[in-house]
Amino acid sequence: MPFILRRLGFYVVAAWVALTVNFFLPRWVPGNAVEAIMSKFPSLQPAAYHALEAMLGVGNGGSIWHQYGSYLVDVLHLNFGISSSEYPAHVSTLLAQTIPWTLVLVGTATVIAFFLGTLLGILAGWRHGGWLERLLPGLMFLQAIPYFFLALLLLYVLAVNVHIFPMGQGYAGGLIPGWNWSFISSAFFHSLLPAFTIVITSVAGWMLQMRNVMITTIGEDYVLAAQAKGLRNRRVIFSYAARNALLPQLQGFGLALGFVVSGAIVMEIVFSYPGIGLLLLNSVTSDDYPLTQAIFLVITFAVLIANLIVDLVIVAVDPRVRTREAA
Amino acid sequence: MATAPPLPINVELPALEETPPRQLGRWRRLPLKAKAGVILLGFFVLAAIIGPLVAPYDPGYQNPSQALSMAAPSAAHLLGTTQSGQDVLSQLLSGIRLTLELALLVGVIAGALSVIVGVASAFLGGIWDDLLSLLTNVFLVIPALPLLIVLLGYLPHTGQTATILVLAALGWPWGARVIRAQTLSIRNRDFIAASRESGESAWRIIAFEIVPNEVSLIAANFVNTVLYAIGASVALAFIGVTNLSSWSLGTMLYWAQSQQALQFGAWWWFVPPGLAVALMGTSLVLLNTGIDELGNPRLKDANQRARVNGRRLLPTDPTPVLNAALPQRRSPVMAFMRSFSRSAYVADRSQRLSAPKPSEGQR
Repeated sequence: MPFILRRLGFYVVAAWVALTVNFFLPRWVPGNAVEAIMSKFPSLQPAAYHALEAMLGVGNGGSIWHQYGSYLVDVLHLNFGISSSEYPAHVSTLLAQTIPWTLVLVGTATVIAFFLGTLLGILAGWRHGGWLERLLPGLMFLQAIPYFFLALLLLYVLAVNVHIFPMGQGYAGGLIPGWNWSFISSAFFHSLLPAFTIVITSVAGWMLQMRNVMITTIGEDYVLAAQAKGLRNRRVIFSYAARNALLPQLQGFGLALGFVVSGAIVMEIVFSYPGIGLLLLNSVTSDDYPLTQAIFLVITFAVLIANLIVDLVIVAVDPRVRTREAA
Repeated sequence: MATAPPLPINVELPALEETPPRQLGRWRRLPLKAKAGVILLGFFVLAAIIGPLVAPYDPGYQNPSQALSMAAPSAAHLLGTTQSGQDVLSQLLSGIRLTLELALLVGVIAGALSVIVGVASAFLGGIWDDLLSLLTNVFLVIPALPLLIVLLGYLPHTGQTATILVLAALGWPWGARVIRAQTLSIRNRDFIAASRESGESAWRIIAFEIVPNEVSLIAANFVNTVLYAIGASVALAFIGVTNLSSWSLGTMLYWAQSQQALQFGAWWWFVPPGLAVALMGTSLVLLNTGIDELGNPRLKDANQRARVNGRRLLPTDPTPVLNAALPQRRSPVMAFMRSFSRSAYVADRSQRLSAPKPSEGQR
């Protein structure tokens, strides 16, 4: 079976597991969304129970397998029900409002951190023992700092003490989101500090990994042969050593994406950035189960899709994967 | 064809040269990073053990005095106070204990899970391997933190136990994957085949032949899992989905954030716990990098590598010819400073000796 089909099958299974966990979880644990709302508003009459059930789209009768089936169909149609905390907004509407913020911020910052870290790792691995390596202990410290703590520190220094950056939010109050200059520049300005946080904390991980692979690759005979031929250093670094060292790095990128996204979620909370992380926190604290579940699904699917893209890139750049397919 | 002469049997073996006994050899040979990690971690373990005993106040005690609301560090309160007059230092000390306790427990449980899944998957093979590998990979690709938030959001009374169990339940796949790969390679070695031939049971082979050969891997995995547990538990407490009545580093940060320590400029409230988390994490990362370097000498700190005439060898430099004049690019000041270091001494000595051992320069 071709590599990419096998991977596709795996992602379908992973997505199915996430969906199933998401479906059965609220049914396994004691209490449910309806009871949560009932307990929050003691004035509600018991008769409201069924009305609430109908409103939230839970307990719509039938066996559990019937419910499961209709749940899968609903998800396929992007119908996640109605949010209980922001009633009567549809969950999908709330998602559509917040996803672009997170996608642009976290996506851009992660890609920048990946390329920057890889480049630094190439240089650090090549100049083994050079000044870049002296920075490694410091970078390890940065890597060990929780995202949100660095965010707090940056806010404290750059927003509270020195009023360079805003205290959070996605754009200045009073602006109406739209494609005009004042809004876009404000949004860009507000995203600088969060993006900087993501880049600073995740660049060290990429750099360390790339450096380690690079050092191992440099010991290979073909690198020595390239040197012996008298090729330029730059060509040996990028076309011989780094090119091969990149493959493990790419695979690591797919796997580490979940961590990066997780960190970014918490980071959004510190900056009150109007993305999906803040929405997740709000939905959890207000017991908004439909919204919580939908956000979990969206994040999981985003990571799965990103992994699929990484796989496609690997197929494109690694001939060994392709020849194994043919065999 | 002439038969080969019979092997001499009663030959006196030359006495092996006694290697000089090494005092502290093992510790000294540890990479610098590992040493730093061990010392830093030891400091935190010490703080966790004796901290709550020497803490000046009860971490939960709220001093009603108005002057002690978000008071800056002073002699009475070395790290200042919170908004409700609690002593930050006392909170920090019990927070370190609680966070470390939780992380170690998660490390033990998740580490055991990953050994079980990893070894079982590789040892059983066939359909079991396929299923367990699939399970591992699925859990690896599903982002952990959102799932943790959802899980803890559902559990009604999120006590410490629930947090530990949930963190452990999601923390095993990385280790399982690595241990499976290692078991696969060990499984096919001769000594396993030998013990199988001699009729040892599968359990015995696993417990006495395979697992002891993976101890270093299991240790590295344990360190990684503890690192994950610290990060995840602090993040979860920070956003407020775990038990907020106990004092952990994460709950300290939660209260600092929710009571606007940032806006009031009370840095002594949120910097100590965050710094403690970061330093604990750094010590574990250092420890792990040190373990890596022990296993893969190429990654070794380049400062310990060969130098010729004070110039560090690059990976692609030609094999050094000792005593050949290499361009000296150091300034006189730097040369003077460097004359104190060990590597300068080595290079200097190699110049003085007329026929240096080949191992001297090419190490």
